[in-house]
Amino acid sequence: MLDNLILLTKVPVLNIQLLLDGLFIGAIFVLAAYGLALVWGVMNVKNLAQGEFVIMGGYFAWHLSTYGIHPILGMPIVCAIMFVFGWLLYITIIKWVITRDLFTSLLATFGIALVVQQALNLAYGPEVRTAASGFTTRSFFNGMVTIAEIKFVSFLLCIVLAAVVIIFMKRSRMGQAIRATAQDARAARVMGIDTERVYAFTYALNAAICGAAGVLISMIWVIQPFYGVVHSIRAFVIVTAAGLGNLPGVIIAGLGLGVAEQYSGFVLGAQFQQATVVGLLVVVLVWRQIQLSRHRQVVE
Amino acid sequence: MHPMFKTGLTAIAISVLAFTSAEAKVEGDTITLGSAISLSGKYSSNGVDTQNGYNLAVKVINEAGGVKVDGKSYKLKVDYYDDESTPARTAQLVERLVNQDGVQFVLGPYSSPTTIAAAPIIEKYKIPMIEAEGASRALFNKGYRYLFAVLSTSEQYLASAVALAAEMAEKNGKKPSDVRVAMVFENDAFSLDVRAGVVEDMAKFGMQTVIDDKMPADLSDISATLTKVKALKPDLLVISGHNKGAVTAARQIKELQVDVPMIAMTHCEGAKIVSQFGPSADGYLCPTQWAETLSYEDKYFGSAGDFDKLFKSTYEGYKNVPYQSAQAAAAVIVWKEAFEHANSFDPEKVRDAIASTDMTTFYGPIKFSEAGNNIAKPMVLRQVQDGQFNVVAPLKWASHSIVWPRVAK
Repeated sequence: MLDNLILLTKVPVLNIQLLLDGLFIGAIFVLAAYGLALVWGVMNVKNLAQGEFVIMGGYFAWHLSTYGIHPILGMPIVCAIMFVFGWLLYITIIKWVITRDLFTSLLATFGIALVVQQALNLAYGPEVRTAASGFTTRSFFNGMVTIAEIKFVSFLLCIVLAAVVIIFMKRSRMGQAIRATAQDARAARVMGIDTERVYAFTYALNAAICGAAGVLISMIWVIQPFYGVVHSIRAFVIVTAAGLGNLPGVIIAGLGLGVAEQYSGFVLGAQFQQATVVGLLVVVLVWRQIQLSRHRQVVE
Repeated sequence: MHPMFKTGLTAIAISVLAFTSAEAKVEGDTITLGSAISLSGKYSSNGVDTQNGYNLAVKVINEAGGVKVDGKSYKLKVDYYDDESTPARTAQLVERLVNQDGVQFVLGPYSSPTTIAAAPIIEKYKIPMIEAEGASRALFNKGYRYLFAVLSTSEQYLASAVALAAEMAEKNGKKPSDVRVAMVFENDAFSLDVRAGVVEDMAKFGMQTVIDDKMPADLSDISATLTKVKALKPDLLVISGHNKGAVTAARQIKELQVDVPMIAMTHCEGAKIVSQFGPSADGYLCPTQWAETLSYEDKYFGSAGDFDKLFKSTYEGYKNVPYQSAQAAAAVIVWKEAFEHANSFDPEKVRDAIASTDMTTFYGPIKFSEAGNNIAKPMVLRQVQDGQFNVVAPLKWASHSIVWPRVAK
């Protein structure tokens, strides 16, 4: 561990590689986490199938690429399919559990996760897939820092997607309705907002955002029917750390998580990457608890 | 229904069951082998490859006159259950094969975890099992008497790459003890077995470890480790993490332009690194249990190449024949010869006949150690050269010479 730290100080250019890799991948975490924050904040549903939606989007992108459609061009199609899929799931399942207690919605979304996994396994088989982006790699500093163009492109796409979603939430009528419902569903209903439709739209939007994240994952990492759960865990960690309805928080937490994973992978070994994720969550929660108790003392 | 009548019926049912189970192992002129195999779930594709191997061997043996025991010809037949890729289910189903279906001769499941689950059951009933797909060390250090495996064990997978690195060092005027090795392994039983083999062989040559990382649980990202590899410039990089780890490694080695003179990695074929990553996969050393270019032969299938052709013409959709299918077929051949050698269907006699197996098949030589693993067949190392898998080690079977150092493309 110490020798790895020394290596970082001896060859400082490695820091650039780790930072960039972390930021690029963190941007994709942000997408899936933002979708979760939406569903959680607006509907109070903790969607355990988040990672499966990501993987599903990845498989659709890969499937389209076998027909010669580049995954990035296929992204709107994937988002549309996922949107419809999310809407259908809402009507058939989520709608009935949304008013129930926490465990019912957890069980229901966990069930969805299992069914999606097995369906993907039946449809595509258990092999590991990866969609070819066709981009090359650029190298800097004598090849010590390399940037895969696809990572940079997907970083830009993440920014664009996030911007679109933010503008949509701020400006559009549906966006305003979603925010109103999140604040107080009953009051929103009194004001004439069809909260049922808002819920359906929110869940569908989340599925579409996850689908977009999946498209990018399929080109940057690899997809396999049973590996959605790690994406779910990351999304939960980011949202829990950032707090609900805190978009800047989600972005910072997501990017920070990406960088933290890279550094812990380098210094402690790649096997500690996920331990770091969960470890950081504990630190954030403890810190937040301390802050809260201080705040309480001040109020008293 | 009258209680007496009910009891009577149950008694009849039990006696019928007992009668059939005593006879089910060999009925008429058919010997029934049983297997719980993964036809659904995460191992399903390899499970089907295995089943195809079993079925092809059964077909070939039956067409050639079957198994001759005590002057009579018997046909082979395999009863399958789907274990859904879950070890607990494998154990249940093997129990069912033995207990309810009366099977006395078992063919192994697919994968180490499922075989590990099956082994105690066959041991309990003292029924021999020949398996072809479980390579874990854990299978061969428990003193099992009825378990036999035709394949090489997992610690042999990459050990030959270490020997090859030592050889290359000597050729280039360096000492084997100067060789610096970076290791990246998945944190699971199989990959850690592979690692144990590598570490053992490295100790023999006194090589140095510069990186010893495990992959993260989801195997999606090892770029941090590869960044370290770039900075430390080892002479040999060894990687093992099933198909997913192999895909991740191949992709990120390409993206990060990692330039190491020798890279050895398991699961190259399964991960389809050549078709997915093209020329950047050139130079990878990939261990395999078997290759169709080897010059092994037997009287059932002919040469390894003949098996390859027959398999492809029998089953559609195979561009390459997986070694999983070849070793499955070899397991059936061992059964056939063991029956004939024992000249009996007594499980204990058949077990002893299997234990004394010493033969050559199209898949390679087969001879079992006391622990039940095959000690006669070496692991073969192939190198990706211009998109082709060419055998480069051991020298006796090499069709091409190794390209060293590997050039990053």
